[in-house]
Amino acid sequence: MSTPIYHHDAGFSFTRVGALILRYTYLLRSSWPRLLELVYWPTVQMLTWGFIQVYVAGASGRAAFAAGTLIGAMLLWDVLFRSQLGFSVSFLEEIWARNIGNLLMSPMRPSEFIVALIIMSLVRLAIGLGPVAVMATMFFGFNYFALGISAALFFANLVLTGWAVGLVVSGLVMRHGLGAESLAWTVMFVLLPLTSVYYPVTVLPTWLQPIAWCLPPTYVFEGLRALLIDHNLRLDLMAEAFALNVGFFALAIFAFRILLEKAREAGSLMQMGE
Amino acid sequence: MIEKTPPAIEIDRLEKRYGGVPAVRGISFSLAPGEVLGLLGGNGAGKTTTIGMIMGLVLPSAGRVKVFGVDMAKDRYAVLHRMNFESPYVDMPHRLTVRQNLEVFGRLYGIRAIKNRIADLARELHLGDFLDREAGALSAGQKTRVALAKSLINEPDLLLLDEPTASLDPDTADWVRTRLETYRRERGASILLASHNMAEVERLCDRVIIMKAGAIADEGTPDSLIVKYGRHSLEEVFLDVARAPVTQGAAA
Repeated sequence: MSTPIYHHDAGFSFTRVGALILRYTYLLRSSWPRLLELVYWPTVQMLTWGFIQVYVAGASGRAAFAAGTLIGAMLLWDVLFRSQLGFSVSFLEEIWARNIGNLLMSPMRPSEFIVALIIMSLVRLAIGLGPVAVMATMFFGFNYFALGISAALFFANLVLTGWAVGLVVSGLVMRHGLGAESLAWTVMFVLLPLTSVYYPVTVLPTWLQPIAWCLPPTYVFEGLRALLIDHNLRLDLMAEAFALNVGFFALAIFAFRILLEKAREAGSLMQMGE
Repeated sequence: MIEKTPPAIEIDRLEKRYGGVPAVRGISFSLAPGEVLGLLGGNGAGKTTTIGMIMGLVLPSAGRVKVFGVDMAKDRYAVLHRMNFESPYVDMPHRLTVRQNLEVFGRLYGIRAIKNRIADLARELHLGDFLDREAGALSAGQKTRVALAKSLINEPDLLLLDEPTASLDPDTADWVRTRLETYRRERGASILLASHNMAEVERLCDRVIIMKAGAIADEGTPDSLIVKYGRHSLEEVFLDVARAPVTQGAAA
């Protein structure tokens, strides 16, 4: 018997994760509209909210606006939204290409797929928000990176939430097909009013506030305002957000696996495509 | 003591129901190492569902699939690296070139010398002219050759082929069949071939299973079936089986 031409990794394989990342890198490199799309909308958002902040700060003279709360919140909102979108869109690329069957029939494990999607989410975030964060400094004097450790804590908590939502959306698309695709672009917006991105939680009706506090991003946006307005790094808020995120992320992985099994049960993986 | 080689595929009372509707009704068969087995049947007979269950993309409602002695429901990752498939239900990413696609799949299958393997496949399957062209820009015949290259990237011991020559012109289809014959001869691989092309099945398969309404209606070598039904070709046998009323056994 001849020697196999392959090396069989029985457990989790970083080689297979690398193969998937290579696949998405080739895709991004081959399509400038995909790259442009990553930067375009965050730039438009940043400019809009930047000018609104300049106007409101000038008109009201309130220190809160002068401190950059609006543009800071907009940047963090985009971290949340784009981390979910980066995860979900990389997954959707496999559905659009009718490639998901090839992947699931290969030795690739779902855990490797998830890690690759997470890494691609970070890559897409860096491409999309890196230049925008620099522009925010240049045009509006808001330097996100100057927030130091806080910036890292905000970022980590928001991407965890984004990936958890991305996992559930991807699972739903696997189970229900492209009919569930629009969730990838819309589901996150339910968090926009609930997580008090641009205003304090106390603005919400009393009955809605407990719901807001069940969502990890609420702690991040409150933490941002505490930092910018009161110069107070609320580590307690970050710890609470992290604890909630760990729970949400574990639940999302469980949901992804259940939905994958349901898709195999329903035979929907054989009929995926445009 | 000589260890007995397990069958490439061993299917035991396999069933699939979608809701209450049965798609596959308790079929059992095996595929020996080095054998080519044809899976025949009209549209909706259950061939693709059966292949989906063997691949692990579809969960059986009852019964068991073993590949090289491994229960696919429990430990499919122990054998997936020894298998590969080609199916009209999947495609290769269109924006990637043929070379990039093969490189990605080579890495997924853990191929040691990927560049050499791609060069070998390009030579064997005549991919050289379009190796650096995007997969989405290829003709149907070229796409089939690329899909075949992907299915052979890991030199699989078990190859599952779902209508590999559908929509190909006779010349390209004949070329694909010749490549499959060569691969089987050189590697001693087992092949499960679902096809509507009876001439193809007669040429390639050692044995055939004819499915009807989710059950096995008949099975045997192509020659034995032709003799049994008193016909001149497998196509005539297929028509006899397809047009016969569904028997108790097939519907049960």
